[in-house]
Amino acid sequence: MGMTMSQKILAAHAGLPEVKAGQLIEAKLDLVLGNDVTTPVAINVFEENGATSVFDNTKIAMIMDHFTPNKDIKAATQVKQSRDFAEKYNITNYRDVGEMGIEHALLPEMGLVGPGCLCIGADSHTCTYGALGAFSTGVGSTDMCAGMISGKAWFKVPAAIKFNLTGKPQGYVSGKDVILHIIGKIGVDGALYKSMEFTGEGVKYLNIDDRLCIANMAIEAGAKNGIFPVDDITREYCKNRYQGTPIEFEADADAVYDEEYTIDLSEIRPTVAFPHLPENTKTVDEIGDTEVKIDQVVIGSCTNGRISDLRAAADVLKGRKLAKGVRCIVIPGTQKIWRQAMHEGLFDIFVDAGAVVSTPTCGPCLGGHMGILAAGEKAVSTTNRNFVGRMGHVDSEVYLASPAVAAASAVTGYITNPEKL
Amino acid sequence: MQNAKGKVHKFGDNVDTDVIIPARYLNTASHKELAAHCMEDIDKEFVNNVAEGDIMVATKNFGCGSSREHAPIAIKASGISCVIASSFARIFYRNSINIGLPIVECPEAAEAINDGDVVSVDFNTGVITDETIGKTFQGEPFPEFIQNIIAKGGLINSIK
Repeated sequence: MGMTMSQKILAAHAGLPEVKAGQLIEAKLDLVLGNDVTTPVAINVFEENGATSVFDNTKIAMIMDHFTPNKDIKAATQVKQSRDFAEKYNITNYRDVGEMGIEHALLPEMGLVGPGCLCIGADSHTCTYGALGAFSTGVGSTDMCAGMISGKAWFKVPAAIKFNLTGKPQGYVSGKDVILHIIGKIGVDGALYKSMEFTGEGVKYLNIDDRLCIANMAIEAGAKNGIFPVDDITREYCKNRYQGTPIEFEADADAVYDEEYTIDLSEIRPTVAFPHLPENTKTVDEIGDTEVKIDQVVIGSCTNGRISDLRAAADVLKGRKLAKGVRCIVIPGTQKIWRQAMHEGLFDIFVDAGAVVSTPTCGPCLGGHMGILAAGEKAVSTTNRNFVGRMGHVDSEVYLASPAVAAASAVTGYITNPEKL
Repeated sequence: MQNAKGKVHKFGDNVDTDVIIPARYLNTASHKELAAHCMEDIDKEFVNNVAEGDIMVATKNFGCGSSREHAPIAIKASGISCVIASSFARIFYRNSINIGLPIVECPEAAEAINDGDVVSVDFNTGVITDETIGKTFQGEPFPEFIQNIIAKGGLINSIK
């Protein structure tokens, strides 16, 4: 019986010729990731259990991104605990303020993840790296700790859903609209425990940033991982960047999928997810011009804080001003992206419009800091979750959208189709 | 494994980890502090009403969202002895096993059991009994591989 792309990567890392959906396996890891929220819990488990060494100090990444620059004393204490551990065990990929970025923007950029690698991360959006043809999935802190000690993790081999992408996205449609459209179609548990495997001729019209954004939100459909085939766009991105040896896996022609969908990218419209679930989607054509009045716009996160996202927002904001009363917070994903955006003149466009530019941080995405909402406030955000209280008060609301829709909404003060500006 | 018996706290679909333990409290890893804010954004009175040994019941996709292990930790530290749901989000499921919070998948029980009912769970057989309405349900017992992890005292002990 044929294997899916995800199953092949798992089989290779388990040293097995073949695996089947539902099989429990133990596999060798290429990378173990944690952040400033999940790493301290993993360190506590590590120390409580008397561990004295890590499996490989170069294959662990600790990225301080959620509450950094440290928002309060407790956050500073958690980062200090992580920093001290990293120093003690010589964790070479520990990254703090000044050399950090939002983990899922940073790791691909650093070349720590690439085609064929197997990665677990104590952060649910670890599924992002599937964009590069890797198998990567989110776990908790105890799994992170076990991975740091042993270099291995147990997996239940996932079944898969195949998404055959056809056509070319039109106009302002980006990776964000594609994944919101898909989640709207299958629901927040539509891919529970499964792989989302994206394939088809439409893939070539999605740049790396679009693919990273799509794979990033696989978890919002409940998926274990999202994965793209490796093509010239992937190879070009990973060239002179990926520190490992790229291994290209392909799904077998007779691979078994639980379900298959064909998604015509040319028919997708700019899409917005209404509170309080990513599956509550509407296209911009279904939203009235003054239906949703907003107070804040956030452009950034591990979903949409990459250079093409900032360019898309700047393209809309250029020569325009924010609506009165709207706050717009732009958060480049990494130091490198920050500098590139500055050199490209994007910061001038943002600041001229009345927006602010932040240092990289997860910040407001999870209601941490740098843009918390009061009761009754509404935000359009390029982030990934719009759960109750996600960006602040339980009576605030988050609407998920692409950078272009978010920027257009900042200009009018209402959720706006950028085509209408 | 010890069996569970307690009063039910019932929730609906898609209870996410942001309402189980809001991110504003993730600047601590203290079990006691996390428990003090458990379910705060969905049920402010939960922490006042919960008693040691109580059982949480919810419908589909319980624990969706973030990978924060703080979520099952907060639930366990609040006194909950078992969570029954129609389905669990996968990272939450994994985390619960790893930290030793018993969870049982059983759509029939999750639908039928009411808030406030007294329910008992036999972890060896997967049998769930709602003593208030006098009904029993067959839940999914853990696969052998996972029972071994639990028997060894959690994931970390199992890799020693």
